[in-house]
Order: sequence, then C-alpha cells, then structure tokens
Amino acid sequence: MFPTPVARLDRRWQTLYKLALPVSLVFWLLPLLAVMLTSIRSAGDLAAGNYWGWPRDFSLVENYTAVFENSPIGAYILNSFKVTIPTVIGAVGLSCLTGFAFGIYRFKGGLLLFFLFVAGNFVPFQILMVPVRDLTLKLGLYDTTLGLVLFHVAFQTGFCTLFMRNFIRALPFELIEAARVEGATEWQIFLRVVMPLMRPAIAALSVLVFTFIWNDYFWATVLVQGKHALPVTAGLYSLNGQWLAAWHLVSAGSIVAALPPVVMFFLMQKHFIAGLTLGATKG
Amino acid sequence: MLFFNDRQRLHKIGGMAALLVATIGLNGPALAGTLVINTDTSDPAPKAAFETAIKGFQAEYPDVEVKWNVFDHEGYKTSIRNFLTAEAPDIAAWYAGNRMAPFVKAGLFEDVSDVWLENGLNDSLASAAPSMTIDGKKWGMPYTYYQWGIYYRQDIFDKLGIATPKTWDELLAASKTLKDNGITPFAIGTKALWPTGGWFDYLDLRVNGYEFHMDLTAGEIPYTDPRVKAVFDKWSDLVEPGYFLENHAAYDWQEAVPFFVKGEAAMYLMGNFAVDLFKSGGLTDSQLGFMQFPEITPGLPKAEDAPTDTLHIPANARNKEDARRFLAYIARPDIQSKMNATLGQLPVNRNATRPEDKYLSQGFEMLASAHALAQFYDRDAPAEMAKAGMEGFQEFMVKPENQDRILERLEKVRGRVYK
Amino acid sequence: MSASSPAQEGHCPPALHSSGADIWRRNQRRLAPYLFLAPGAIMFAVYVVVPIFQSMWISLYDWDGIGEKTFIGLANYVELFDDDAFYTSLKNNIIWLVLYMLAVPAGLAIALFLNQTVFGIRLVKSLFFFPFVLSQVVVGLVFAWFYDPGFGLLAELFKAFGTKPIAILADEDYVTYGIIAAGLWPQIAYCMILYLTGLNNISSEQIEAGRLDGARGLSMLWHVILPQLKPATFIAVVVTVIGALRSFDLVSIMTDGGPYGSSRVLAYYMYEQALSEYGYRMGYGASIAVVLFAIMIVYISIFLVRMIAEDRERR
Repeated sequence: MFPTPVARLDRRWQTLYKLALPVSLVFWLLPLLAVMLTSIRSAGDLAAGNYWGWPRDFSLVENYTAVFENSPIGAYILNSFKVTIPTVIGAVGLSCLTGFAFGIYRFKGGLLLFFLFVAGNFVPFQILMVPVRDLTLKLGLYDTTLGLVLFHVAFQTGFCTLFMRNFIRALPFELIEAARVEGATEWQIFLRVVMPLMRPAIAALSVLVFTFIWNDYFWATVLVQGKHALPVTAGLYSLNGQWLAAWHLVSAGSIVAALPPVVMFFLMQKHFIAGLTLGATKG
Repeated sequence: MLFFNDRQRLHKIGGMAALLVATIGLNGPALAGTLVINTDTSDPAPKAAFETAIKGFQAEYPDVEVKWNVFDHEGYKTSIRNFLTAEAPDIAAWYAGNRMAPFVKAGLFEDVSDVWLENGLNDSLASAAPSMTIDGKKWGMPYTYYQWGIYYRQDIFDKLGIATPKTWDELLAASKTLKDNGITPFAIGTKALWPTGGWFDYLDLRVNGYEFHMDLTAGEIPYTDPRVKAVFDKWSDLVEPGYFLENHAAYDWQEAVPFFVKGEAAMYLMGNFAVDLFKSGGLTDSQLGFMQFPEITPGLPKAEDAPTDTLHIPANARNKEDARRFLAYIARPDIQSKMNATLGQLPVNRNATRPEDKYLSQGFEMLASAHALAQFYDRDAPAEMAKAGMEGFQEFMVKPENQDRILERLEKVRGRVYK
Repeated sequence: MSASSPAQEGHCPPALHSSGADIWRRNQRRLAPYLFLAPGAIMFAVYVVVPIFQSMWISLYDWDGIGEKTFIGLANYVELFDDDAFYTSLKNNIIWLVLYMLAVPAGLAIALFLNQTVFGIRLVKSLFFFPFVLSQVVVGLVFAWFYDPGFGLLAELFKAFGTKPIAILADEDYVTYGIIAAGLWPQIAYCMILYLTGLNNISSEQIEAGRLDGARGLSMLWHVILPQLKPATFIAVVVTVIGALRSFDLVSIMTDGGPYGSSRVLAYYMYEQALSEYGYRMGYGASIAVVLFAIMIVYISIFLVRMIAEDRERR
C-alpha cells in the first residue's frame, strides 16, 4: 500500500492524520455546507446581513415548502425524471446490443465503427447543436421531453457502447461457444447467456447515465423552452433570475435539484465508481 | 399549457419515420375557432393583465377558444424564433422598432395594415405608428409603453439641499455633493448589459439629438465619428469620478435596487417598470422622485426612450381571422385602459385613460411633449449591433481608458452588420 | 422500436419459409453483428455523425436560422480570424486547458492523502467525491455566491484581512480564473476517484521491492507508483481535457461570458452567436464549432491511437 499506512507510523502522526481528515473535509465541502446552512436560514436573517454566521432562527420547513409552492420546481423535477429515466433505459438497452455486437463478433468494418462510437463521445456539443436543434424542430419534438430523450439516448450510446463492449470482452468466451454448439441462435445467446451476466454493467451504466443526464444543462437550454418540458437544471437557473437575492430559496432549490443524483450515488456507490473508473486500472 | 395538444403530438411521432416531411402540413387544419396566443408575460403584473384581457375577449367572442402559452420572459426571446418557423401560434408578443425587423424581413409576420385602417388606429395609435411601420406597412399592434428617466431619492436630495438637476452641470454638481457625502450618485447593474443601453441612448439623445441617434442606430454613422466620441466624453464625466455603483458589472438591475432603496445610491436611470420593485423594497411616493434626463446640448429638442410592447400575427398562423379580431380588440381604448391599469404602464391608444399614478402622470406629460420617442438601443439597433454595442458600453463603464479601442471595435461590427 | 429488428430476425420461425431460414441459419453469424448494431448505429448516425458534417456545411453559409441560407464559402472563417471575441475565447480555452490540468495532480494528492485504512475512511472518500455528483448549475450558483463582492464568503475573507473585496466575476483579469476554480472542484473529485481506484490495484510486491531498493516518499511515488498509475493518469487527462473544452455550463451560469465578453470560451461564444437572445448567426456559430471540433480532434486521435495499440496487445 502506498503511501505508508498511518498505522505503521508513530502515535503523533496518527493523531495528526485523524485530525487532518475532518478538517480537510470541512474545508473541501465548505461551499456546500454554506448552501445547506443558508437553505434553512430565514429571510429575516439574510435581510439583517447574517449570511455566514449561525442562523438566528431556522426555517427549514418554510423554505422548502416555499420552494415548491412559489415555483414550478416540482414540475421541473418531474420533467427531469421524464427525460432521465427513458434515456437510461434507451441508452443502456441500445448499448447492450451494440456492445454485444462489438464484443462477440469480429466483422468487416467493426473496429472502425467501434472507434466511431468512441470518438463520438468526445465531440464538443456545439458542433451538434445547430443540426440537432433543426432536426428536433422538423420532427415536431422541439420543446418536448421526447426530443431531449432521443438526442441523449443517441449520444450516450457512444459511451455506453465502449463500456459494454469492454465488459463483454472480459466474459469467458467459452460460454458463447458452448451455447453455439448446443444450437442456440445468436439472439438466444444474447438474451439467455450474455444478458444475465451483464447485470453489474447495466447497474453501473444506469447510475452513471442517470447522473449525466440529470445534470445536463446545455441540451436542456438548446432543445427546450417552456415550463412543461424544462428539466430542473435549466429550471433552477431561470428561477435564480426570479429569486434575486432570495438566497435561502436559491439554496433550498439547489439542494432539491441536486438530491436525486446524490441519493442515487450514495445508494449505488459501488456501481457508480465501477462505471466511472472504467479503464483506470488495467483489466 | 402544452405547446402542442396531444393529438398533434401523436401525429408528429407517427410522422417521425418520414424525417423530412413538412410536418405542419400533415397535421390537418386546426379546429376552427381556436386562437393560440404566445406571450412572454411571466412576471406577475403582465400575466394578470393578459389574463383579464383574454377573459374579456372570450366573453365577447364565445365561439373562439383561446389557448394561451406563457413563456419565461428571457427564454421567450430565443423561443420565438423557433415557434415562428415550426409551430406558429396565431398571436405572438414582441417588441416594436428594429427588434421586429428580422421577422418582418424573413416573412414571418403578417401585414396587419388592414386592421389599423378598419379600426381607425392610424389616428388613435398615431404616436406608435412609426415604430410599427416597415416598408410602409404595419406589422403589429402596440398595447403598452412606458417612460424612461431618472428615479431619485427625494429625501436624500432634500437632506443635502440638492435641487432637481435640469442641466448637465447641475447633474454633475449634484453627483459631486452626493459622492462627497459618501453616497453613490447612480445605482446601476450592468451584468445583463442592457441597462447600459439606457445611458447611451439618453446621452446621445441629449448630446446629438433624436435624428442623429436614429441615423446611428440605423447604421448610417460611424461609431468613430467625433459626435459619438463626444457622447462618451460626457459619459466619462460620470465614470471617471466613480459616480456609478462600484462593481456594477457583477449585478443585475434588480440586484442594484437594494443600494438605491437603502440610500447608498441616490439616482437610478431606469424604465418605469422599476417603480414596482422600488416600492416593494419599502420606498414611498414621498421618498421617490422622478425627473426627465437633464439637458446637455442647450436648445436641443428633447426626445425620450419609450419602449413599446406589441402583439403580432405570425405569417404561419392558422387562425388569422380570429387573430385579427384579437388585435382589433387589444387596440381598443377600454381594453388598453384596463390592461395598463394592471401593468402600471401607459396605454398607446390616445383615447384610453391612463392609471392614476404619480410617476405615470409625470411620464405621460414628459412623453406627450417629447420631440420624438426612441424605442431603446437594443430595439432600435439590429440585434448583433446591439449586443456588441452594449458590451462596449459596459467595458467603457469599467475601463473608460479603452474608449478608442471600443469605438473602433464597434465600427468594425457596424461595417459588417449593415450590409 | 430499438430492439425490434434483431428480435424479429431471431424468432423468425424456420418452418414458414424454409429456404429463407436456411439462408438465415447459414449466415446468421455473419449477419448478426450488423443486426445487433443497427438500432444504436442508426441513432448515433442521425444524432451525432451526420450533424458533424451538417455543421461543417452550415459553416459555409450565412444563415440567421429563419430565412434563406446564402452560400458564402469560407467567409465565416475569414471573419473569425479578424474577430477579437474569437481570440478572447480561444485564449480563455487555452487557459482552461492548462489550468484544468491542475485537477490531475490535485486529484492524485487527495487520493494519496485518503489512501489509508482508518475508521470511517470510506465515508470520507465518498464525501470528497461528492462535488462531482452535483450539477454544474448548482456548482456555478454556489461559487457565484461565494464570489459576490457584497456579502460573499470571499468578500468576508478580504474584509477580514482589511483589504477591499475584488468582484471576481466582474473583473476581466480574474473572471476566467474564478470560473475555472469552480470547475476544478468537481473535476478534482473525479480525478481523485480514478486515482483511488488505481492505487487500490497497485501490486504490494512492487512497493515492497521498491522499499528494499531504498525508494521512499517522492522517489517511490515517481519511480514505482506513478508508472503503475499510468492507466488512471491517462483517463484522468482525457476526461479533464474534455471537461475543459466543454466549459459551457459554468460560463453560462456564472457570467454569461461577461464582463464585456472577457470570460467567453469557444463553446459559449458559439452558442451566443447562434442561439442566444441577440444571436442570429447560425453559420458563424457553426464555424466556431468547427474550430472547437478541430481542437478536440487532436485529443480524440491521441485517445484512439492509444486504444488501438491496447487492443492489439490484448488479442
């Protein structure tokens, strides 16, 4: 293990380390702690200029109720789910197929196609912006959650394919050979042999894509305008304009908007990190 | 408040396979008697004003079913370009002057000169006629406008013995007194850029006059012209001594209001819509005064900024007949009286009654005797020029020493924009 | 919709048309990959591949997005090279790329700091990683507030030291650095997690061998640890470059490119020209996007070359 485990060092270092951990953590999360504290501060506290001190009175319930009552944030969150969940299903589903194709078969143009998928991941969004917006308009899906979903599914398929392909490559190939010998069709191999083994990959990708899409802001501003389809990221930004100087509401709104991926992260931490660190170690 | 109704949407999705089919044609005719109205009235007062107006319209025309979509005020400015081409409503809110020119030139707005003619509006809306006219035709219906000017803290002026400034020198003297007493003379928040446009408009209108200003925004005068430089010289009389709120580039106009309300700043050049925020911040009629922007070039006739909000019929609208009825309705004096009472702004129709309000009365008198009315820098100048211009103004207000470089840059943009 | 075609093919009942079924059976393994690929590939082509070329094509036109397109050849690119705002954006992009790289060593440092087995370390690690899960909108709002010259925490710090607060986001000299600092926060967290995973997989034998050779501290890190962390470093650099070039969100939320355009980056400038309140220049915007794409292509190629090499090693 590197660096040397503190347990092997003398007492003074051990104490120092145990002290340094919480201190550095508080420092690291300071911006976030401030937001949390502000989200339960009363408007009066802010008006009196008490931005950073301990709140004189708490209005946790009031602030969070106010956020939901005075703003469409509830609708925005619902929109975010309407965008995120179908995207996760679509992108992960499609990439199971593509990943299977790239992972199992060697075929003409396969490698080239695969690299196209991988390269597509790194493309700057801006070069897609004008044509994708036009396409969405022409399909009559501008300003709808479905318009966003279709784009996200297509784009995320690139990343997911890379992930799935690498995962499937690592599976024992003998399983597939054996199934073929038994006369299984390729589709049956996919469905009965490979899919059950892909559960961890599906879980990892699902949490990851969920977070990416939930936090998307650019496409939400490009493909959506109105309240009926705006996801919470873009919605929060427009509310920021409406809640000028009402920092307790902005903070509470931010926390509400950030909550779903945070919950997702803490519940599915292992999968999340497995997904993110794909390739960070030699397989 | 769906943008499409569900049946249309299903249609669309079904049509997805045929990628390039013009989907609008596929939808078939809209139900007769449905009037779709898109507005940017997300703020409370404008929203309420439209709500009453639409209710009134439906009471008079019960056979028409109105579908009203309210868009976020800022987001609307980009969404209008999408829906005008893709899913046009029957009525769309927008602004007068050059701001509507791109849509008119792209053939996206309907010529409504007939509505003006049939309802005698060329007379009753005469004051707004020029800003609604392009190529000799009328392209929309104005329903409200409001004045710009300097709102000031009467109580602070009284305490320091400052009389309302009428000339540039008096304004400078007042500013100096305020500054010496630790009060910032002018509140302003330039983060969103446009508040700088108000300052440029007024300085140019007062230094060079309306005709020059219109020629400039029409692209006929170079930004490097000595007369434009003269405007910036006056501006630097205020910038150099630090008469504007510090760090103004960090604030939106609303964020600068608390400085004014708390008395840390004493004047605010703004449109009348700001009064609402001043008052909700706690200022009373006796604390808050309004004055016309002072004279700079002696004897020059005074023109004012008075932005007009308008309604238009998109060229791709499906129910133009009812849309025309709605425009005629919204032009009526009784409707404009009612709407503007809620808006706290001025009706365009000269036969309408204006709301009882100290600032509106003052504003109305000022505008009635004005030499001419400008719309606002970002409505008179084309969008691209306006953006570059206001960015330059903001830079100037932070770094006045860059004046020459800024003006050269604006001149370059002018050379490209007005081809 | 997506899964339908392979499903139908796979379940195609052989008895119905026996000759067809024969062809299918014989060629199944040859055809299957294409059928599995089709839905994903079509989506990807329609929404990613084709638009890239469309953008290149649009960049040769003068188009306001509503009227007729006018072909103007390379005029947009010619104009680009005489556009101060373009150079400002390009310069900022370079600053972003350079400073964003700090996330890599910073992430490594934190990972080394946290790579211990003391009580509660797992929770500490997840909390350190936490900023990455937040939306950039939230990060932007939080930092904009932190920088507020009136009451922000930073202003309070300045006041505590008796100096006048600097309005970071309203000052052309500091604004880009202020936004980058905000962006580094989640990015460092990302790099940290990559390194933590990497450190987890380091062979303890090599460390012991290094220790026997007398390597310790920095020299151990440099000669023994870092070479083994190479895959993690590679991924960290790649995601950081992509993050730096995708800096749209924070710029849009914290400054809208201001003051007077001094915090623009190419990604934001492109949006501003093509779609924002005053943007009516789709063609010009597209040409900016093409430049951004060209920059990215360099990195994409490096990544692909490495991937191909790795792939050859494996099979």
